[in-house]
Amino acid sequence: MMREPQAYDDIPGTFVFDQERSRRGYGINMFCMSLMKAENRKAFKDNEAGYLTKFPLTPEQTDAILKRDYNRMLELGGNIYFTAKLGATDGHSFQHLAAVMTGSTQEDYAKMMLAGGRPIEGNRSKSGKNEPKAKSRAKAKGRKKR
Amino acid sequence: MARIIAGATSSHVPAIGAAIDNHKTEEPYWKRVFSGFEKSKEWFAKTKPDVVIGVYNDHASAFSVEIVPTFALGCAAEFPPADEGWGPRPVPVVKGYPDLAAHIAQSVILDEFDLTICNKMEVDHGLTVPMNLMMGTSNGGWPCPVIPLAVNVVLFPPPTTHRCFMLGRAIRKAVESYPEDLRVVIFGTGGMSHQISGPRAGLINSKFDKAFLDDLVRNPKRLTKIKHVDLMREAGAEGIELVMWLVMRGALDDKVNEVYRFYTVPASNTAVGHIILENKPKKSKSSRKKK
Repeated sequence: MMREPQAYDDIPGTFVFDQERSRRGYGINMFCMSLMKAENRKAFKDNEAGYLTKFPLTPEQTDAILKRDYNRMLELGGNIYFTAKLGATDGHSFQHLAAVMTGSTQEDYAKMMLAGGRPIEGNRSKSGKNEPKAKSRAKAKGRKKR
Repeated sequence: MARIIAGATSSHVPAIGAAIDNHKTEEPYWKRVFSGFEKSKEWFAKTKPDVVIGVYNDHASAFSVEIVPTFALGCAAEFPPADEGWGPRPVPVVKGYPDLAAHIAQSVILDEFDLTICNKMEVDHGLTVPMNLMMGTSNGGWPCPVIPLAVNVVLFPPPTTHRCFMLGRAIRKAVESYPEDLRVVIFGTGGMSHQISGPRAGLINSKFDKAFLDDLVRNPKRLTKIKHVDLMREAGAEGIELVMWLVMRGALDDKVNEVYRFYTVPASNTAVGHIILENKPKKSKSSRKKK
């Protein structure tokens, strides 16, 4: 089924965890929540695919979890505070996950943060309709480091 | 009569808690963050509130996706630190103030804010990190009781900025009708700009943050008009936590004194914003009667 379009779908690189995603992603988030317990972390690590059959997941969701495709998990209804528990189970820091989701190395991601983070200029709107009108001329200038 | 004397806002980045717990506060990266809260700790120690109301959000610790209350008020006598997957934070149990919490519930629900009452609740870094930043590291227990108010900002949509501001107003009214002579401080936590999910993760918008801080002091009504979509666009998907600051602001006077402000980028993935606002001292008894 197609997703009902939302105004915030225009924000680039963002999967808002809304009611529709929450309903569809219930299994992903309940799976991630189960990883709060040490015995569950062990059971999952021993047999990942087998462990996942205990949760109501679509084949796509199962695939995204097994492949650690974090963006796909978010798109299919996972929430970052939950999927971070899967990252922790794999022994990864949060910054590692952030780097993976942004398609960069952890080192480059950390450097970007220290330099003031990802700039808002050019990252507001997919369609370009929601860039500020008068100020958009200053785009090139806005790219410089803070 | 109890009254709200001041409010403070602060980010609640989990890595700040980890830096405290692992004794890394003197490392240059973290010292930049912690040095910004030295004055705040002094202010808190000098102000010595009797109770703090802590507006924060849970991060898949006490609440999963099974039950998602929009506003959940902690009415218990104590709130243990939650196990967030690597054991509970080594901080003391948070002591509540059940009588005042019950009074607030009784009052604000009749003022049409349908709170969820939590008589058993664990609290995560969302509450305890700001407590550390304002109160210190608390080896011998926290300096005062804290009433936690958990706001859903994880599952969209969270309550609007306007709704949060009006809840602050209702909380203030509730506090002021409580007979015990208590000096209450309210914390709004979370933010500022950050996005930790998806390909846009790492977003920081300092210009937006600084304008938000200015408006929080002088023009909070403007903030009550911000739509969620614009808040997420400008401050990041998780920057929507800023709605919680409006509960704090709503509980204060229209005109406040700005006592202190601090802003730095980054702490982990987040812009850290912090402000302390005080209500102006009340005039003599006779002028108060006129109201």
